[in-house]
Amino acid sequence: MTYIAKPRVFHPSLEKNELGLTRRDYEGVMSTLCAGCGHDSVTAALIEAAWELAIPTHRAAKMSGIGCSSKTTAYFMSESHGFNSVHGRMPSVASGANAANRDLVYIGVSGDGDSLSIGLGQLCHAVRRNLNLLYIIENNGVYGLTKGQFSASADMGSKSKRGVPNEQPPIDPALLGLSIGATFVARGFSGDKDQLVPIIKAGIRHPGLALVDVISPCVTFNDHVGSTKSYAYTREHFREAVEAAFVAPKDFVPPADEITADIGSAEVRDVRMHDGSVIRFRQVEGDYDATDRDAVYGYLRERQNAGEVPTGLLYVDPESRDLHDVLGTVDRPLWDLPFEELCPGSEALDALMENYR
Amino acid sequence: MEPTNVENPDYYHKVVDCQWACPAHTNVPGYIRLIAQERYDDAYMLNWESNVFPGILGRTCDRPCEPACRRVRVEEKPVAICRLKRVAADLRGDITPRFPDIPKEKNGKRIACVGAGPASLTVARDLMPLGYEVTIFEKNDRPGGLMWTNIPQFRLPPEVLWEEIDYILDMGVDIRYNAPVESMKWLLEQDFDAVFVGSGAPRGKELRLPGRYDTDHIYIGIDWLESVAFGHTNAIEENVLVIGVGNTAMDCCRTSKRIGGTNVKVMARKSKPWFKASPWELEDAEEELVDIVENHSPTEFVVEDGVLKGMNFDIVEWNENDEGRLVSTRLDEAFFPAEAVILAIGQETAFPWIEDDAGIEFNKWREAVVDRTTFMSTREGVFFGGDAAWGPENIIWAAEHGHQAAISIHAYCRGEDLRKRPPEHMNLVSAKMGLHEWSYSNDYEYAARRKMRHVRLEERLRSIETEVEEGFDLEQTLTEVERCLNCDIQTHFTGSLCIECDACIDICPLSCLTITHNGEEAELRTRLTAPAENAEQDIYVSEALPQTARVMVKDEDLCIHCGLCAERCPTAAWDMRTFDLLKPYAGQDADHPYSGMGIEEMSPGGFVSVTP
Repeated sequence: MTYIAKPRVFHPSLEKNELGLTRRDYEGVMSTLCAGCGHDSVTAALIEAAWELAIPTHRAAKMSGIGCSSKTTAYFMSESHGFNSVHGRMPSVASGANAANRDLVYIGVSGDGDSLSIGLGQLCHAVRRNLNLLYIIENNGVYGLTKGQFSASADMGSKSKRGVPNEQPPIDPALLGLSIGATFVARGFSGDKDQLVPIIKAGIRHPGLALVDVISPCVTFNDHVGSTKSYAYTREHFREAVEAAFVAPKDFVPPADEITADIGSAEVRDVRMHDGSVIRFRQVEGDYDATDRDAVYGYLRERQNAGEVPTGLLYVDPESRDLHDVLGTVDRPLWDLPFEELCPGSEALDALMENYR
Repeated sequence: MEPTNVENPDYYHKVVDCQWACPAHTNVPGYIRLIAQERYDDAYMLNWESNVFPGILGRTCDRPCEPACRRVRVEEKPVAICRLKRVAADLRGDITPRFPDIPKEKNGKRIACVGAGPASLTVARDLMPLGYEVTIFEKNDRPGGLMWTNIPQFRLPPEVLWEEIDYILDMGVDIRYNAPVESMKWLLEQDFDAVFVGSGAPRGKELRLPGRYDTDHIYIGIDWLESVAFGHTNAIEENVLVIGVGNTAMDCCRTSKRIGGTNVKVMARKSKPWFKASPWELEDAEEELVDIVENHSPTEFVVEDGVLKGMNFDIVEWNENDEGRLVSTRLDEAFFPAEAVILAIGQETAFPWIEDDAGIEFNKWREAVVDRTTFMSTREGVFFGGDAAWGPENIIWAAEHGHQAAISIHAYCRGEDLRKRPPEHMNLVSAKMGLHEWSYSNDYEYAARRKMRHVRLEERLRSIETEVEEGFDLEQTLTEVERCLNCDIQTHFTGSLCIECDACIDICPLSCLTITHNGEEAELRTRLTAPAENAEQDIYVSEALPQTARVMVKDEDLCIHCGLCAERCPTAAWDMRTFDLLKPYAGQDADHPYSGMGIEEMSPGGFVSVTP
């Protein structure tokens, strides 16, 4: 915790985005998390990504549940909408909000407790629905708010602060997402913003649910020797599967030969999304294909069995269709519909009911 | 880059921009915190130790500290450092019991000082406590030198001047008034072990134009001010032209306004950006309805039948030529009527009393050749300081020259090597007092610089004795002290403790911090969180960090010392540590020999031990 406020004084070279806003305009209130919490770095990555994408702060909604992770929505974009919901129920509340107003940018921040224990069913169904939502899981393997008990993501054999090993198998959100049809699966590390920021940008623009598992160490209860979610362990076992960059439609240049050469010797592959934006993958691991669900699943199993922490924008489905697309809902947010259209009256209802007779 | 060596006192000293810029290295943030605690005596003594004349300088200092103040990098105006110094002087109680004891038994060494200005007085202040017998020869019947003769009373009340001079004279200095030294050879024949020349730069520069000597209504600025100070001159004509636009010109025009000048114009050859006067002195003159006329180059004094009628000027425009030098182009000419003209275009040293065969070498401008380190002339045992050494500077430089000359004189009298200067040291102590408690006020104060209140115009112009500035009141003081960024509370980094969680980088409001791969300085400066473009400010580079072997880099340029990096650091790799420069004084072994104000005495709540 910190008692002094972050002064509103700025570096003279602080850049502005196309809306005329600086990074500082995307900040929230001071964090009350422990000093050194990985979650604060995720917050900083969210601020950076939102600033780079020039999201109008009043056109975004931050959704969260309960836990250390879920507090973080207060720490960025204080001018945005926000809903801090019941434990594990963020996906339902986000579904309702998204159904009513499809125009906002939805940023959900949850944790391993909120999403993999009490809210596991909620997570799975939000994935199936392919809700247009950035779903960040700040994953530290422990329940920090209740003094560091193992969570459902704790690895077998990982030791608690008192030295007791965990003996129950973990739920891996990335593998889980892949197995139930997630259209965007990524894993990042709070200590590597160079990788995390582009993932968040792509996730925000992804038409559907972007599941981003972020290893975000708990400095207070899970950053010791023997922990598999510490800063040191993550750095040691970190393995980048593929490097991704988000290219906004306006910045997109078709990868002609010379441009490919410019980018580097490694093979570059562009995956074009529906809105014209592009995710530009640069191969790190030989023939890794981030659009091949089964291959990605196999790769993750293999690397994780080898004790590594594979990271990157692991999988994306370029054909992703979000909930509104699948259901064929009205194009506009409900607030924008005239009352007569939104509520056509009992005659229209009677006519509808007549269809089912 | 090699890891930064923070053990070298210069590194952290440079971060305290005001202290680094101050010739006497006064601990500015230190005394500002003492004022905040209403410890005015302590604040005064901390000043007195290094700059010797806090009350005088609190009104008249040239303030090299203020343009350097870090605050101007995040907002418009610096902390009103000089005004706060005056607060310490105004509100102090009786501090005489804290002055050093003067040994009754002398050390047998006798020192002669020429001129009783700030340089000589500082030499006496530093040498009297060591047992020296100091004799000052003063040509006037009062001490102070230029502080008395050239700074008008409405800026520096005489009682303030006499009081601080008396602190030194009362140590038992043998001061001889009306005793101009007319021969260096005579002085050298007297039984002195060393001679210090602090006779200033007493000769005003001439403006040799047609008509200069056809009237007695053209005055040399510094001589005229002296004549006013001694009461020999107490009136001037209505229309006055002051030639030159330095601080002496400001004193001349403002004095004129008080003794009869109603239409006073300052005539400047160049335009405002090149004016030599301090901006605040220009402001004060303009407030007193003095016209400042730029781009007018004097060509002629117009005198008819021995009566001064005015002056002719070329109206000019200034442009840079191909070599980057300013050259003027004449556009027109103009006549300005005047019954009196004051020349304030500079001053220089004058040593008619030093014989050519006295063993003291002079350069072609007839300035004494003085060693920049030892302050000794080419004749052994004869030292120079203040304006007498290298031409006109200001009081704070004179004080520092005095300190350095005293160190040399002490070494000389003991037969030691003058070039072996006593080193500066530092103390560095954690400012952490508890989980979220620091031994300084680190909340950012958004208030703008407090404005000095002035006596009403009609009242102040009535008398030359009315001090214009009223000093800060309590509200102004308490706000202004909070504007200080406490640059002496250093961000101290211990790389071995860092877990690279990025917390400090994320929280830093001024984007000062970066963890990155090491590189050459010029290249490294370009790839920081915010580019480090101010090459005058150092960047700090840590040793390789334990987890990734990257380095922590801090650009010192814009750090506001808020302490958030240390507050958000989970391992105390970042710590806020109070830096205290230990400046050497002649013959003194103790830290802070004159104020006793070391870190422990300055901090109100004690300390926790520092982690390695």
